[in-house]
Amino acid sequence: MARTSKKSTESTEVLSGENAISNREVEGLSQGQIVRRRFFRHRAAVISLVTIISIVIFVFSALDFRLFGVWRIHGWWKWTTEDLPELRVGDCPGGTVGCPTISLRPQFLGGAGIGLGTHPFGQDDIGHDFFALVMKGAQRSLSVMVVIGFLGGTIGTIVGSISGFYRGKIDSILMRLVDFMITVPAVLIGSVIGYHYGNLGAIFLAFYLGLFAWTGLSRLVRGEFLTLREREFVDAARVAGASNRRIIFKHILPNAVGIIIVSVTLLLSGAILLETALSYLGFGVVPPDVSLGLLISQYQDSFTTRPWLFWYPGFFIISIALSINFIGDGLRDAFDPRQRRRISKKERQESATARKLAQADE
Amino acid sequence: MFAFIMRRLGVLGVILMGSSFILYNLAAYSGDPLADLKTSTDPNRDFLMISLSRELQLDVPPPARYFLWLKGVLGLFVGHANFGMTREGATVGADLAQAIPVTLRLVLASTILAIVMGIGIGVVTALRQYSRFDYSMTFVSFLMFSLPIFWVAVLLKQYLAISFNNFLREPNVPLKGLFLLALASGIFWASVIGGTRKTFWTVFGTATLIAGGMVAIMDAMNWFLHPGLGPIIVGGLSVGIAYGVTQLSVGITNKAALRASLTVSAATLLVYYPANWVFDNHQGALGVFAIFSILITVGVFAGISFSKIDRGPIIRTAVLTAFLSSIIIVVDKFMQTWQPYMETDAINYRPVPTIGQRSDLLDTQDFWVSNLDLVMHLFLPTVALTLISFAGYIRYSRGTLLEVLNQDYIRTARAKGLTERTVIMRHAFRNTMIPLTTIMVVDFAGVIGGALITERVFGWSGMGTLFYRGILSFDLNLLMGVFFVTSTLSVLANLVADLLYSALDPRIRVGSGA
Repeated sequence: MARTSKKSTESTEVLSGENAISNREVEGLSQGQIVRRRFFRHRAAVISLVTIISIVIFVFSALDFRLFGVWRIHGWWKWTTEDLPELRVGDCPGGTVGCPTISLRPQFLGGAGIGLGTHPFGQDDIGHDFFALVMKGAQRSLSVMVVIGFLGGTIGTIVGSISGFYRGKIDSILMRLVDFMITVPAVLIGSVIGYHYGNLGAIFLAFYLGLFAWTGLSRLVRGEFLTLREREFVDAARVAGASNRRIIFKHILPNAVGIIIVSVTLLLSGAILLETALSYLGFGVVPPDVSLGLLISQYQDSFTTRPWLFWYPGFFIISIALSINFIGDGLRDAFDPRQRRRISKKERQESATARKLAQADE
Repeated sequence: MFAFIMRRLGVLGVILMGSSFILYNLAAYSGDPLADLKTSTDPNRDFLMISLSRELQLDVPPPARYFLWLKGVLGLFVGHANFGMTREGATVGADLAQAIPVTLRLVLASTILAIVMGIGIGVVTALRQYSRFDYSMTFVSFLMFSLPIFWVAVLLKQYLAISFNNFLREPNVPLKGLFLLALASGIFWASVIGGTRKTFWTVFGTATLIAGGMVAIMDAMNWFLHPGLGPIIVGGLSVGIAYGVTQLSVGITNKAALRASLTVSAATLLVYYPANWVFDNHQGALGVFAIFSILITVGVFAGISFSKIDRGPIIRTAVLTAFLSSIIIVVDKFMQTWQPYMETDAINYRPVPTIGQRSDLLDTQDFWVSNLDLVMHLFLPTVALTLISFAGYIRYSRGTLLEVLNQDYIRTARAKGLTERTVIMRHAFRNTMIPLTTIMVVDFAGVIGGALITERVFGWSGMGTLFYRGILSFDLNLLMGVFFVTSTLSVLANLVADLLYSALDPRIRVGSGA
């Protein structure tokens, strides 16, 4: 890539300064390095990446979490979702009980000092620590999201690559299958499944939803494969005697990885919204289990009197979904070769002077 | 073309049949419709079970029962479809016929608003790429993407409905609110119009003053209790529309178009009082329709008589002006209805409802009052749905327009000396609309599915509520009825999208085995 651009610089005298700058920047770098550089230059995406990583670490370390029922993390938070401490009375607004103790205003500004207190997010109707409930809900929602994303991403990639690469009969069968599944809105099918099998647990729900979430991705991957398989490098690989498997995995898939990663991130943010919406409707995660959507649906009526029961779960949903969307945007910019970084005035002037100097030399 | 459509319809029919078969069995095997009866203590339990089984044909195994259901549905083609009975003994068809218009009303308003606003903002952000406005709109659209609608709905109910109702009890805008409103409007317009630093501050100052002044005057006149535009403002707005539409569609330098649109504005002013008389004395949709058709006829004739060459665009401009001006007249009438509407017992000065699709207690024969009631009930759900869905249009129209603006033909258009307006509106915007149209159609079908949540939150009884009922009471026929409508809509939407795409883009031909 770098070589061709150099050649064109030599052959065509009229090349805009912007092009020269962006080409100079990627010279001698591998594709991965270019992508990484571009991504880390996207400020919002980097902030979001840091946010989401801290949220994940915070949420999963707060309460006990079992992975596959074996590997267990001990949480640092003092309450669990089953504990029933006494309802905190006193200095709550409007005569309510169980209000949050979290304080973000330092003492020298007249606040109670930065600290969590006994019940940072308050308590629910009967005294359950709401911080613990929100953490548990966020754990559920995040795990559901990851499972849906992983499953949907894998199936979508496999189906899309097979039908795009082999075309013909396999393609039309698989695409009719996709048409099948697209006819039914995800919320509807999710509700039917969730309501009847919801008691089997959140991970089962995630698994089932994942089986229905791959259609959009598979269409995208198929389109990408259809164009990539006609390119010269695929012909070259075939002439060199590469097998189909090798062509798919070594030649086409690495070129399609950008579009896959970007759409999987979008799938993830869609998944958390789908899960919370289903739980809100009562068709997703069902009580005794906890999910962020379920918490909102349980306490939406107490918004006027005890708004914290409504704000905190919503805050977690939005920050997770928002960070993932920004990361997706950053990745898209990073993978898109047509995307050029905005060139600052200073750089443009520098390149203009450089060109003038070069012309003067001639 | 015809053969293509028929072939596609055939394939779609097969797909629909397949997916409904799978869904039917999935739903049928996921539970037992007699479960609640089996555990009941009703003395005639057995009788109820037997009669329900007979009614719903539960003795037939689901895969076979599907074909009985299908036979009923296929009756659609001979004029009497039979979607089966609900558990309550009503026909599913009747329930659906009641629910579909409700859902359509909900979805249509918000979709149109989302499209208009989303594309408008998207185009501006693309033209001002990397500006502060662009960045803030990008952030706003990502935020909208990430908002759960049920969460937004609760906030809207609290802050838009209840607070606004409280405000109306004593409609005085506090000085702080006035200041903030004026400032927000100044920042918005200044960043939309952009330009050099000097223009920025000029626009900012003007917009702030105008907005602040307007709110102050409205406040002083007690406008929030007796809203209305009056003939002068209607005329002024109509002239403004005439200039705006002319500028966007053919350019202000086209005198013929400008004269035609201004004639329409004059006609708007002329029909203002007669229109209000018609609205009051001959209530009903016919009067509204008459005003629209009169003004549009005026537009057509003005377009024809003022133009010598290039008739089409000029007529189009005048007609668009006429259409928008008629909307202003109708909006004005609704505003005048505000006062009588607020005074009715059912409303009692709390006009923004948080729940339901109409006021059951409202007892009125007045066409305008009852329709204003419908509009007010639409208000919150529409705002919620629009907020959620217009973000997508912003992102998409921005991306597409940026891509189009990088094309060679745009450079050619600029190079041959066309005005920036012509380049943007003729060359760039039209090509942006091609992919956008298909997105719109498909999105519309998606929103219908998503309206389930919105209906639940706002207590509407449309398709979403039917579906909810179907799941909770394990009503297979009801469930399948809703599935049938939504999946048919989404399949048809895809077909329409394909056809529109080929109609708009001559490079794509549908006949060739696509």
